[in-house]
Amino acid sequence: MTRKSVVLAAISAFGVMVGMNAANAQNRIKFDYWYGLTGQLGEVMALHCKRFNESQTKYEAVCTGQGGYDKAEQNTIAAFRSKQHPTIVQIYDAGTVNFMLSGATYNAVQFVKDFNMKVKWDDFFPGISNYYATSKGEMWSFPYNSSTALLYFNKDHFAKVGKTEAPKTIEEWFETARAIKRGGHAEAGFCFDFDTWMPLEQFSAIHNLPIASKNNGYDGLDAELVFNKTKFADYMKDWKKLLDEGVARIQTAQTGKTILQAFADGTCSTVLTSVANHGVMHSTVKPGTNWGVGMLPIYAGTERKNSLVGGASLWVMAGKSKEEYEAAAAFLDFALSTAEVKWMPTVTGYIPVTQSAFRAMQDEGFYAQADKAGREIAMQSLTFTPPTAISRGIRLGNFTQIRAEIRSELEAAFTGKKDVQAALDEAVNRGNGILRRFEQTFRGKQLP
Amino acid sequence: MDRRAAFNSTWLAAALIAPQLILVFIFFYWPAVQSLYWAVTLEPPFGGGNQFVGWQNFQTVFSDNLYWNSVRISILFAVCSTALTLVLSLLLATFVDRQLAGYRVYRFVYFWPYAIAAPAVGLAFRFIFAPDAGFVSSINRVFPNLWNPALDGWDAFILIVIANSWKMIAYSFIFFLAGLQAIPRTLTEAGAMDGAGVMRRLWDLQLPLLAPTFFFLLVINITESFVDSFGIVDIITGGGPARATDLMVFKIYSDGFKGLDYSIAAAQSIVLMVLVVSLTFVQFKYVEKRVHYS
Repeated sequence: MTRKSVVLAAISAFGVMVGMNAANAQNRIKFDYWYGLTGQLGEVMALHCKRFNESQTKYEAVCTGQGGYDKAEQNTIAAFRSKQHPTIVQIYDAGTVNFMLSGATYNAVQFVKDFNMKVKWDDFFPGISNYYATSKGEMWSFPYNSSTALLYFNKDHFAKVGKTEAPKTIEEWFETARAIKRGGHAEAGFCFDFDTWMPLEQFSAIHNLPIASKNNGYDGLDAELVFNKTKFADYMKDWKKLLDEGVARIQTAQTGKTILQAFADGTCSTVLTSVANHGVMHSTVKPGTNWGVGMLPIYAGTERKNSLVGGASLWVMAGKSKEEYEAAAAFLDFALSTAEVKWMPTVTGYIPVTQSAFRAMQDEGFYAQADKAGREIAMQSLTFTPPTAISRGIRLGNFTQIRAEIRSELEAAFTGKKDVQAALDEAVNRGNGILRRFEQTFRGKQLP
Repeated sequence: MDRRAAFNSTWLAAALIAPQLILVFIFFYWPAVQSLYWAVTLEPPFGGGNQFVGWQNFQTVFSDNLYWNSVRISILFAVCSTALTLVLSLLLATFVDRQLAGYRVYRFVYFWPYAIAAPAVGLAFRFIFAPDAGFVSSINRVFPNLWNPALDGWDAFILIVIANSWKMIAYSFIFFLAGLQAIPRTLTEAGAMDGAGVMRRLWDLQLPLLAPTFFFLLVINITESFVDSFGIVDIITGGGPARATDLMVFKIYSDGFKGLDYSIAAAQSIVLMVLVVSLTFVQFKYVEKRVHYS
């Protein structure tokens, strides 16, 4: 052995060692996952990634919060345009259409087939899967954190006017609110902000009222808004009346307290909000307060339908490597396994998305726990009837901006700058303008 | 003999200028051309498949009465906040220049607000002026519903004017103070010996000599209120209530990034650019004539 070969051998041995170290460090296949939730719920998202990374040694989810659902969508779009996008992204309900038409995603049904995933599509609650499905019933994304709206009521205030249960009808609800205000038991019988999700979207679903033609847009991009001509208009006029009587109150971050804070400190007797806030309410409500939840009330004489699912689903993006997709598939299988679907509601107010997980939770007495009681009402509300062509959801282009238009018009109506009907007519008018622009931008494309 | 230091090499000069030119090109001309391209096409959010639509985006913008509402509010906002800023910062600067009690402390702290990021200013003002919970809520206890920026458009407008001015006063103050201190003491002393009082000296001596500073701050303040008010609006009012504070720059953001309609946002930003450029042009053409630099 010459000296030269010894040196070479030493170098190559060293090289192998370095290579091995590098292999150890890169042993795990990494993939990017972006989520939109913030605050306490954002921490839960990060925790879920950590649970996945600790559950196995082959893959590693690199999870990054984007600072809000809308930011998650904006950032993903910007990233996709520069080919820096994540493999999985959490996109809220209103962003579904944009992603369906983007041509930038890996459709979930195909993904499950290609990577032999364990996901069983029929195990999801129909109310949840129908919302995210195409008009042909195919899932393009994976339902993840899901919620629906409920009425939260202060039992102490209700007891003072002889009520023990959540109001079933809107008439009863308003009467109770008036009685509470008249008796001086609370500053306001009902508080609201300008979020359209509860009054427009949920209200229309449970009353089986269309928001737009073409089955709320599922059947084509040429849908037109119609909510100014439905009972929703009367509902808003009733809210305005309560506001003028001093029974109802507007609470937003700008007034100093959100509706959640105003309910928690006893300012308001009732609010409508997501079941996702159930956990938060427990930890922030004034100690000693008795409170409960009920299904959203309906107008007397109406046949109740299922309420809408809210929250977000997980989209797989196109243009990633096979390894990243394998890692992503492992993550999705993990996140949607019964054990993990059961875990999510223990740390948030979200509902289990699969029927098997819900049954298991019922059997294990989850809903009998004092601080979880009432959450089963969200499941009842969501599964009240099989989804109708209208109560299945809303599929309108650029719905975020339509929501913003409605919000602005509701602000004008509730602050007395405009008549309620005139404001809703204007909201429909402007919303239709947005829909037509969207249709033109995606000319020649069909909703899947 | 010419003893000035001169660069004979054109290449060296070009190399020295290049970094600056590249920066200007990348961060100004390129985006400007890009947005002009978007403004005449329809751009799908995820990119790809732009279709040329000519003036359609501009027509949509100009035929929208809410856009004109936004233009009106922006102009009013620029006028109000610039006027408030210039008057108050000049007042503060003259106080400090006259070395009133504690002026060293004031000279030091007045500049601070400008160092605070707009969203932080917004958050602070939102808390302080919140009608239910802020410090100002005590007004509502005495006069119910007198102050409610969450529901009253004018209150909200006043609030963003105050917040923006508070930030810009700090900036203008420094310039006014520097301008005042650059005026030779001999001039004011001569005035004083001739029997001119404080107000007379301010009006006839210091203000005319401050004209160049005043003009500079006028241009800067107007431009800033058009293009840099986004952070404050976003945090304090979100453009509401009922679009009462929907300034042009905020509308561009909400249409473009929230609404994912890049084309309409690009068209609006072109309009905003033209507006700011022409306002600055008008100021240079007509106001500057009354300014004497030496």
